[in-house]
Amino acid sequence: MAEMTLLQAINDGLKTEMRRDPNVVVFGEDVGFLGGVFRTTEGIQKEFGEERCFDTPLSEVAICGTAVGMAVYGMRPVAEIQFLDFIYPGFDQIVSEAAKMRYRSAGQFTCPLVIRSPYGGGIKVGHYHSQSTETYFAHTPGLKVVIPSNPKDAKGLLISAIRDPDPVLFLEPKRLYRAVKGEVPEGDYTTPLGQAEIVHPGQDVTLIAYGAMMPIALEAARNVEASIEVIDLKTIMPLDIKTILDSAKKTGRVITVHEAVRTCGMGAEISALVAEHAMEYMKAPILRVTGFDTPFPYTLEHVYLPDAKRIVMAIEKVMGY
Amino acid sequence: MMQEDMIQILKPNGELVDSALEPKLSKEELQKLYHSMVMVRLLDERMLMLQRQGRIGFCVTCLGQEALAGSGLALQKNDWVFPAYREYVVALIRGMPLLDMMGQYFGNELDPLQGRQMPNHFSHKETNFVSISSPIGTQLGHAAGAAIASKIKKDKNVVITYCGDGGTSSTDFHAGLNMAAIHQAPCIFFCSNNQYAISVPVEKQTGVKVLVDKAKAYGMRGVRVDGNDVLAVYQVVKEAADRAREGKGPTFIESVTFRMGPHSSSDDPTKYCPKEKFEAWAKKDPIQRFQVYLEKKGLWNEDFDKKLKETLKQEILEAVEKVSKAAPPKISTIFEGVYQDMPYHLKIQHNELLEEAKHKGEFIDTSEKFPL
Repeated sequence: MAEMTLLQAINDGLKTEMRRDPNVVVFGEDVGFLGGVFRTTEGIQKEFGEERCFDTPLSEVAICGTAVGMAVYGMRPVAEIQFLDFIYPGFDQIVSEAAKMRYRSAGQFTCPLVIRSPYGGGIKVGHYHSQSTETYFAHTPGLKVVIPSNPKDAKGLLISAIRDPDPVLFLEPKRLYRAVKGEVPEGDYTTPLGQAEIVHPGQDVTLIAYGAMMPIALEAARNVEASIEVIDLKTIMPLDIKTILDSAKKTGRVITVHEAVRTCGMGAEISALVAEHAMEYMKAPILRVTGFDTPFPYTLEHVYLPDAKRIVMAIEKVMGY
Repeated sequence: MMQEDMIQILKPNGELVDSALEPKLSKEELQKLYHSMVMVRLLDERMLMLQRQGRIGFCVTCLGQEALAGSGLALQKNDWVFPAYREYVVALIRGMPLLDMMGQYFGNELDPLQGRQMPNHFSHKETNFVSISSPIGTQLGHAAGAAIASKIKKDKNVVITYCGDGGTSSTDFHAGLNMAAIHQAPCIFFCSNNQYAISVPVEKQTGVKVLVDKAKAYGMRGVRVDGNDVLAVYQVVKEAADRAREGKGPTFIESVTFRMGPHSSSDDPTKYCPKEKFEAWAKKDPIQRFQVYLEKKGLWNEDFDKKLKETLKQEILEAVEKVSKAAPPKISTIFEGVYQDMPYHLKIQHNELLEEAKHKGEFIDTSEKFPL
């Protein structure tokens, strides 16, 4: 065990899997010589050489298209998109090519790639470096979307994502890169995809969050009298429906938290699932604590982003219903 | 239209431009080429007819572009193909069985792809003929990626990918050529300039006079070839493949040809293409030209041709008969293969559909139901 930041855990995860599997290659803008603008790939080119860790031209469509071709050919590419806000030129490659390859070829060809990208706000870098648009991808059959919230999970989920037989979008909460530290097991281990975790058991309210919202969800849970069950989704596609529904049935009150815009967000999907499968257990309306349906503001980002107080208000609302 | 700077081995009348240019192909290889070209022309005729009769939903033809077969012959068994949608003759010549192809046209339970794609979107693992998608140019970046992978793994496999003149305007064209050139990857970009992207003529597609000029912008070797000359197509792809295998990097090939039919069964080219163009290009037909060459070699005569066509037509008819009667794919195939393992939410939806079918009184084997 070593104490690591989330950033170091991702770096350790990449290196661990690259040592085990020669088919793993890492590439993207500035990831090679520089080690990434956030330094997530620091030291990788030095250890594994320029063939297995290389800088790409400034083209997200090239990065994503190349990754698809490599994966179809039999490698395990891990491509980086520098910020999730830059991913859209590669969107077609992700949603129409990577995500559909297995289905459209009836399994003749598969696309086991990982696209890593930092997402979300909180570091004062404005609209084009702060958005949380995970729902675009969660809406895509064939794609898995994974979002860790702490160093241990980040490494374990990343290794699982690289070994997964299907394409995975791995979104990293950039505001937590250096803000959270934790014990990370050494060497090789995996954290399963598609499995949520109850990180704070409780009886009165189910609080469902992921990624950068986990620290504030836990802060809120610890600062109210009610007994709050906090679930870290870890994977938003496919959702761990059982864990969500079991908790919802137990508490009868559900609040979802994400920094992404509200409309058609993961909160909407989870609310619908609870309404469809556990309506009779509900003691209060299902609430969504989210960013707003606006572009992401620069100066007022601290006002825009959900915080523990906004969550506490929602908890008080469902408890007082 | 034909430019002089274009590589040609057979003149439109079938004579050799220069006997020194003649590729050294065996009798069997020449016959294989001719066989594939005739097969695909007969197949196109039959499938278009079946589409008009409403027996299949859609089809694409490659009338006038059958010399693409030459590119397929020039590859080795372990090489990879990332096609657009008009190059299925490459799959045929590399060994994709006609029955698999026919299954895909009909999209029923005999379709290796289980009815998941519209016709002509073939995929064939055994010949490394990678699954086709409809958006234009998307395969070009894949080819660069696969070629880089081949280089990293030191496999010595060459990757070929295809696009049309329209495809050269796509973002993936720029991305793919740029990437392959940077890595000096063993990749061949084969562009069939058939003069039209559905209704848009190549003059409205790009400001360059010849598409091969685009290669220069990537620092890539560019070759322009008569796309209706199967020997020239074979030769330029063979050279590009040899170079790629020797580590000399990618090649962009502009193959000058003409789409003698519609873009697809949904298209009517008489609306936008003057008939004089069809008449002019009919004189450059790739199959006729090759016939003349083969005849001089003693490998073709009218009697042989008649028998070959009868045999191939019979083979196609038998495939249609066999495949067309099959049942639709099972409804579970809707949900299978989205991921390797079916996630819980898809099991829920699968079971819902079984309930729906039961409610509607449709016979469906509900033992397929997933335990949740």
